[in-house]
Amino acid sequence: MKAETPWSKVFQLVLEATGDTIYMVGVATVFAALFGVPLGVLLHVTAPGGLSPQRLLHRLLSLVVDVGRSMPFIILLLAISPFTKVVSGTTLGADAAIVPLTVGAVPFVARLVDNALREVDATVVEAAVTTGASRMKIVHSVLLRESAPGLVGAIGVTLVALVGYSAMAGVVGAGGLGDLAIRYGYQRYDTRVMIASIVVLAALVIVVQFGFDRVARLLDRRRRVNA
Amino acid sequence: MITVENLVKTFRGRGETLVALDGVSLEVPQGTVCGVVGQSGAGKSTLARCVALLEKPDSGAIRVDGTDLVSLGGAALRAARRRIGVVPQGDSLLRQRTAAGNVALPLESAGAARLQRRARVLELLDLVGLADKAGAYPDQLSGGQRQRVAIARALAGSPSVLLADEPTSALDPETTASVLGVLDRARAELGVTVLIVTHDMDVVRRICDDVAVLEKGRVVEHGKVLDLVARESRTASALLPTTDQITGLSSVDSERGYGRFDRIADVTLVGFAAVGALLPEASTRFGVQLAVLGGGLTRLADTPVARFRVGLSGDRADAALDFITEHGGVVQRATREEVAA
Repeated sequence: MKAETPWSKVFQLVLEATGDTIYMVGVATVFAALFGVPLGVLLHVTAPGGLSPQRLLHRLLSLVVDVGRSMPFIILLLAISPFTKVVSGTTLGADAAIVPLTVGAVPFVARLVDNALREVDATVVEAAVTTGASRMKIVHSVLLRESAPGLVGAIGVTLVALVGYSAMAGVVGAGGLGDLAIRYGYQRYDTRVMIASIVVLAALVIVVQFGFDRVARLLDRRRRVNA
Repeated sequence: MITVENLVKTFRGRGETLVALDGVSLEVPQGTVCGVVGQSGAGKSTLARCVALLEKPDSGAIRVDGTDLVSLGGAALRAARRRIGVVPQGDSLLRQRTAAGNVALPLESAGAARLQRRARVLELLDLVGLADKAGAYPDQLSGGQRQRVAIARALAGSPSVLLADEPTSALDPETTASVLGVLDRARAELGVTVLIVTHDMDVVRRICDDVAVLEKGRVVEHGKVLDLVARESRTASALLPTTDQITGLSSVDSERGYGRFDRIADVTLVGFAAVGALLPEASTRFGVQLAVLGGGLTRLADTPVARFRVGLSGDRADAALDFITEHGGVVQRATREEVAA
């Protein structure tokens, strides 16, 4: 039986992996939001009965989003590696993992955004239309602002989902906590590293969720009595 | 002033075609309040949505101060929408914005400067009696207060027409009174033309100058409320007290009840003088006994209107009824059989 990895070493490994995870997931979430929110808005406003119904475009977008979401991440990761190379210049490491993480998350975000926007009452949107507001104005001041708590929640959910996806990014040598748990904890039977990785992953998810819930609540002006 | 001309709107479903509006025409003069009433399914909501420029009619015109708004699109349509302030049915406020923020929305669309906006918003909140609620969010306001904010928002863009779709449908009587008071004030102080779509006859009773009755997508009656009540019209029967219930004289005791009179008639009286004095005067002048058997008094805007069922005994009963007619009362003679039926 081999000696346990000393705690100082475990600490160092986990610290480094945590940094990788935060970097990959953080950057990927930012890009996913950057592309996913507009796509979700487009999906929503082109829907039948939406602000600007476009049957064909809506179907096309819907198809793209659903196909994107149906793809298992590990397959997406490998399948788009030529694209990854073009975008990030490499197919290895954390920077290379950001590309498939983003591509995987964009349709996810788009669907969540579409759902969040549906929560805005049609009467409210129509009332804004009757004030003579432009479509851009309505998207910005009504749809996005009214559903802001839901949107923040959607980004939080995406972040957590990407933490999960990022475990597979080890395949392209991206590092991160999931990769650490697989390589040390699973393949080398290193229980200390396994447990430490899991604990930090769990803590990360809890903190992210708590933070996003809090921001969502701060943004929400509904049902607050005598504020 | 708003004019609706020959509006037609059909909805096509699977194999079925529903004619929601079948040639609706209306005219609401500047600074007056017109109520559009009708049963559900009569086409009220469709008319409201067309006038709000949310729905495009198949044909017809909607003119505000003479300009047809139906055929417009793009920026011209958005500009046209500012000429019609809309109070939609149901809760329509942005829940993430304060009352002031909601009222400011049309001003933002119109590109008003920030300072100007603020002044105008406060002015409007004051008009609807909510100056102290500028910073409150919709969820902190009562239903009636939210509706008043919606009215202030509709007025913010200085529209010449205000359209209110069932503005009192979810409100209790007291709140209804305050909301109607605000609409009346908007007409009086800003001179806007008000079109109210409602199923509630009490709204018509309280603030409408004109009324249009919609039935199966057509206007079956349209005119001044006071003119219509003086005629045997649907509006009259819906607005005035019923005459055959109050005294409890059912057909069973018609012999004992109605039998002792020489004449039975339903009399409608409009205005203070008529309501106050016409019946006793007819009675004394012609020496007939006159008994009020049913009906009652109501108020249409500021005018008292009465509708009574009267029984007359005496040789000159007919002359007394003619006298009432000559002095502006509306008399419908009834035979005993009609009354008993």
